[in-house]
Parts: sequence; structure tokens; C-alpha cells
Amino acid sequence: MGVGSSNSYDFAASLDPRAGDQRHRLELNDGSRVAVIGGGPSGSLFTHFALKMAELVGLKLAVDIFEPRSFEHCGPEGCNHCGGIVSESLVQLLATEGINLPEGVIQRGIDSYMLHTDVGSVRIETPLNEQRIAAVFRGNGPRNAEHPDLESFDRFLLDMARKRGARVDRRLVTDIDWSGPRPRLKHAGRTGDDYDLVVIATGVNSSLLKVLQKAPIGYRRPVTAATYICEFQLDHPTVERYLGTSMHVFLLDTPRIEFAALIPKGNIVTLCMLGDDIDAELIDGFLRTPEVRNCFPPAADLPIRVCHCSPMINVRGVDRPYADRVVFVGDSGVTRLYKDGIGAAYRTAKAAAATAVFQGVSATDFDKHFRPLCRGITRDNRVGQLVFGVNAHLRKRRFCRRAIRSMVAGEQANPGSRRFMSRALWDLFTGSASYREVLMTMSHPRFIAGLSWNLARSLFTRDDTSPVRGRNDGHQHAG
Amino acid sequence: MVTNTLGRVYAAGEAIVSQGEKGSCMYVIQSGSVDVIDESGGQELRLAQLKTGDFFGEMAIFEHEVRSATVRAHGEARVLTIDRRTLMQRIQSDPTLAFNLLKTLSHRIRLLDAELKHGKRRG
Repeated sequence: MGVGSSNSYDFAASLDPRAGDQRHRLELNDGSRVAVIGGGPSGSLFTHFALKMAELVGLKLAVDIFEPRSFEHCGPEGCNHCGGIVSESLVQLLATEGINLPEGVIQRGIDSYMLHTDVGSVRIETPLNEQRIAAVFRGNGPRNAEHPDLESFDRFLLDMARKRGARVDRRLVTDIDWSGPRPRLKHAGRTGDDYDLVVIATGVNSSLLKVLQKAPIGYRRPVTAATYICEFQLDHPTVERYLGTSMHVFLLDTPRIEFAALIPKGNIVTLCMLGDDIDAELIDGFLRTPEVRNCFPPAADLPIRVCHCSPMINVRGVDRPYADRVVFVGDSGVTRLYKDGIGAAYRTAKAAAATAVFQGVSATDFDKHFRPLCRGITRDNRVGQLVFGVNAHLRKRRFCRRAIRSMVAGEQANPGSRRFMSRALWDLFTGSASYREVLMTMSHPRFIAGLSWNLARSLFTRDDTSPVRGRNDGHQHAG
Repeated sequence: MVTNTLGRVYAAGEAIVSQGEKGSCMYVIQSGSVDVIDESGGQELRLAQLKTGDFFGEMAIFEHEVRSATVRAHGEARVLTIDRRTLMQRIQSDPTLAFNLLKTLSHRIRLLDAELKHGKRRG
């Protein structure tokens, strides 16, 4: 087995970056073994990039992905519990990397956002009039929805990693033994193999993370918040008619909801709610609002929820998601606040892979080459909290909601104009840009002037907004 | 309308980029194929045909020059646009993102090299 150093090492000392230069270098050599725990996007993308980069420098690695879940199953058994949006920027980056999502994986190409408020709805078009966002299923769709043409996004990425040469092991990793020179995996009490590098890509809902808090690697789980995701089954023409190729976002005065959206996917509509303490009462209240009801066919009740879950999301990441020979990628380490979790998985997985292949696998290497990206995401999340705070403040007041809607409608009606509010909302809802960029758009004098004008107009003119029309065919056009 | 795809559909023969115009984005073919055509000198010369997964228009991203050729859909083609801003921002923070572009550009130089040698031998 090829390893840079086989000497025993002190994990506590490994957390001190100053000590790194004095210790043996830990690096991957020909034949080094890498365990990736979790076969979701962060694990599969880490594997893909690590093997691709290793090939570039003529390094032969043996990568085992441990994923007990089968993404061929529908329902919770095959799902990684996520809204399933591949952002505009990530679609472009993956295409540049040569990773083009096949039609079976894309359940709907999204070309616009429909912003629903209690004072009307308005459509925000994609900047280039293209379907640039992919709505996907992480597993094989909701319960009882198995379809031969449907391909899981996670399965697609896992197959890509497999084609690069990774081995997929269905055993569950329950613990890691850190007493030897290299981490050794444990599977339900049984001892597994030693590895030169262990990549934790389990997401934040794994019990392994609780176990790892007791390990001598200084790991503390991310701070989490509960979300709610459910799926309504309709038929293709109905989804087409009522939701089209738009993602439907709600700007309502609903406390504790930071973000709520309906996402069309084939014959399924996914509801995704993010916020604080989302409980059954809040969900039912939200689903009873006319703005939500109008996105579905008129009936006494909404369609049956065929699948639902309340997964936790990472709202405050880990300060040091690494130690000697171990690195945490995706949700189990650092991710973006509320949006573009798959994009953050791509970025952290790739940065960890580049560090491991080109630099080394010691805590010092990860500190120098991986941590800057994690800190950048964490800093941007702080800006995100401010942006979501402003958004929450504005949506509480009806005249503010009218002003936002009116400003977006005005911008969308003038294709040649610079669309400050549309751009800020698009970037905020899609997660395509950093929160810093969203804040910069919102700080632009023309944004402030436009919003001030619309706020004043909304405050001093009669509220003659007609009741929300709601139907997709009725609100295809701005205004 | 096909909804489980990305990008925009171009009809057969429709120009995606035109020679001489200024460009600020590159393109990745999602389905179908496109013809790369040189229109200088009043005549059309097909330089290459690109297929699903290939990209084009990258020279305008790096050089800020006008498009060196016209690209037309060969049959119906679906093409995804890649913004210069998104790409350059990410290449700055992740230079390995350019590996795939470099690999393709290197392959194109190799092809041109082979054509040049072939042309010299013939005449």
C-alpha cells in the first residue's frame, strides 16, 4: 500500500496548523486507499474529481464509496431528502467540466421563477430565455412513483464515479477506529479496512456524525434546522398547465418561513419549505393560502401528498472540517445557507479532492488549501443572514410586497432595462450568485432609488390590486 | 415543448453565433450537432461539425475578440449558454475548472497541426 508516512500520529496535535511543518508529510501515493462515506453528490463528485486529477498526474488511487442506500428505489429508501434543484451556475459549471445531465435525470428544465404575493404574481424570466435550472429527483421519485424513464440524480453521479474506477460498497459505516496509524472503518461492530484518507460525505442527517463527535479529531456537528419537503402527484398536462417550466416562490407574510417554493417535476410537484421550527400547523396554514391553492387545479382539497419528510439542513457549518487523513465535504462540513446545497457539495468536494491529490492529506494541507473555501462560504452565509433578514422585514408589510411586485413587473416589462430587483430576487431564489453579490445588487444606488420610488408609490396610492389570479396560464406575464 | 432538458432549442440551419459579432459567452451542446462555418471571402466553408457534449465559442471568452466563425444548428440542436462572468469568477477561485477547456483546446491544436502537415505533404 502506498502511503507518504506510516508513522503513528497525534490527532489533537494535527489540529494545530503550526505543528504541521514539523511532522511527516501525509500524502497519497500509488496504491493509496481512499474511503468515501456517502454516495450522494459530495461523495460522488469528490471521487470523480479525485480520480480525474490523480489520472492527470499519473497517480493510481483505490477509492471505495460506502453507500447503503440504493437510488433505484422510490420513496425514502432511495432518496437523499432534498428539494432537488441544480442551480443555474452549477448547471453551467458541470457542463464546463464535461458533466451534462441526461434527459432522464432532468425532471424539468426551469426557465423562470413565478413570484407569488398576496398582491399578485409576477414572472421573473431567466436572463437568456433558456431552461437553465434543473429540477431533479435525488432518488427514484416519491413513493409509488417508480418510472422506467426516471433516473436519479444521485444515481447518475454515483455511476459517473463508478465509471472512473471507484468501487461501491453497500455496507453501512457505523464508526471509525482512530487508534492506529491510519483510520480503520467499522461496520455494525465489525472491523473493516484501513484507509489513507477518509472522506465524510454523509450529509447532516447521518448518525455517524454523532459518533464522530466523540472521536479525537475535534469534530463538532453543524448547527441544523428542520425543513419540510413533500410531493404531490398529478399528471403531466396538469403540472404543465398550472406550473409550466417555472419554479413558484412565495413572498407572503408567513412567520418562520424563510423560503417556500413549488417545483414542477414531470407529473410530480415538490413543495420545499425552509425556516425555523417548521411544524404541521405552519405547513397546513401555508398550504391553505390562496396563493398556494391557485397553483393547483380547483378542488376542495389539495392533491394527496404521496411522500413527505422533514430533513435537517446545515445552517452553521463546521469551523475545521478536517484533521489528518480525514475531511468532511458537503453538508457534513460547510454548505451554503438555505440555497444551492448541491453547488456547495460540488465546490467543497472538488477543493478537498484537489488538496488530497496535489497537496497532501494532513490537517495542515487541508488548512492551507481547503479551509479558505470553507471560510469563504461561511463568511458569505453571514451576508446571507443579513439578506434574508431584509427580505423577511420587507415581506411583513403589504405595501412593501406591493412595491417589490410592482418593481419586478416594471423591470420585466422593459427587456432592455437593467433589472436590479429581478436580478437580486433571481440570485437569492436560485442560489446562482453569492449572497455578497446579492447584497451588492441591493446596495446599488439604482436599486435603492427604484425601491424607494415604488415604496413611496405603494404607500401613497390606493391599494387597488386585484385578487391574485394564480393559474399558470393566467400569470405567465409580468404584472 | 420538451420540458426535461436544459438550454435552448435552435432550428435546423439557425445561427447560434455569427462570424464577426462580439461574443461574451460560450456554449455546450446538450443534444444534436452544429456546423462550424467560415464565411470569409463570400463563400461558406464548413470547418467542423460538433456533437453533443462538445463546446464552442470559448475563444470569445478568453480573447475579447469577435467570433471567428459562424455556428449553425445541424438539424435541431439544444445548446446551453455559459456566461463569461460565471466562468471567469469560478476559474479564478478554482483554476482546475479550466482543465477540460485546455484539454479540448489542446485537442483542436493537435487536429490543426495534423491538417497543416497533411496540406504541406500534398503540396
